[in-house]
Amino acid sequence: MRKLTTPFIVLSAMMFLSAPWIINATRYESTMGLVQKVFYFHFPSAILFMTAAVICGINSVRVLFWKNKQADVWALSAAELGFLFGALTLVTGPLWARKAWGVWWVWDPRLTLSLVLWMIFGAYLLLRQYGGPGSDRLAAGMALFGMANVPFIYVSVNVWRTLHPMTSVVPTLPYDMGAALWFCFTAFTMLFIALLNLRASLEFQRLRVEELYLAEDEA
Amino acid sequence: MRLLRVMTMVLVLGTVPATAQPQPPKGFVPAEEVPASEQIPAINLVAAAYGFVWIAMLGYVWSIARRLRTVESELAALESRKR
Repeated sequence: MRKLTTPFIVLSAMMFLSAPWIINATRYESTMGLVQKVFYFHFPSAILFMTAAVICGINSVRVLFWKNKQADVWALSAAELGFLFGALTLVTGPLWARKAWGVWWVWDPRLTLSLVLWMIFGAYLLLRQYGGPGSDRLAAGMALFGMANVPFIYVSVNVWRTLHPMTSVVPTLPYDMGAALWFCFTAFTMLFIALLNLRASLEFQRLRVEELYLAEDEA
Repeated sequence: MRLLRVMTMVLVLGTVPATAQPQPPKGFVPAEEVPASEQIPAINLVAAAYGFVWIAMLGYVWSIARRLRTVESELAALESRKR
């Protein structure tokens, strides 16, 4: 997996560079016009934001029940990426909403639950940074709440009345819009995988440094 | 007596013909020209969204690279000391 990091970063950088031309070539949406093009970056960010919550949650289960040190590294890395992709989602969304809905923000279920998930990631990272000994298990418990939030975020637009487009929008996209979306999604996903690997390798090296300091103290 | 007066008033007001009330508009009337205060340039919002994504991504990649360099140099120093 680590061998893929450099090619993934290079490939996703090339895709990000060519994305504006591909997005520009797609047709305008009939009611929203130009601002709908925010969708091509907003949707991948949002999906990876939820993916990060699931990765963090699954690894936190391994931390809580099997005290797996490696899983803790992956959980922490996913939480940091979740915070990043959550910020991208929560910034691009209101920029789109301001034109499409006339307001920056509405307290509708999807937006509110997404904000809650982002705050859970924020709390997780603060806890890991400043919580001291034992904070890894406490943070892992918090990550479970984050993961439990994901299905509610996903189905919220179909279950409750909301201004947000429903999940049926993506499968029914016309060819040009769909192609641009999946192109951007691939670029985002490759970058996500590469960053997750890099962040995890950073944490593994930190663990190695800690081990060496402990060995020095014992000697 | 007072109750009777109130009831009479309610009845009288209730029978006011619907035509006396202000009528809701039958349809939307399109404006000839959108006032400048109501126009939000979409290009600014799209540019801000894409710009933020680019800056955040590049910032995060730079942050990871910087942290990796620091840890790698610390690790190298510790391992050479161990030898």
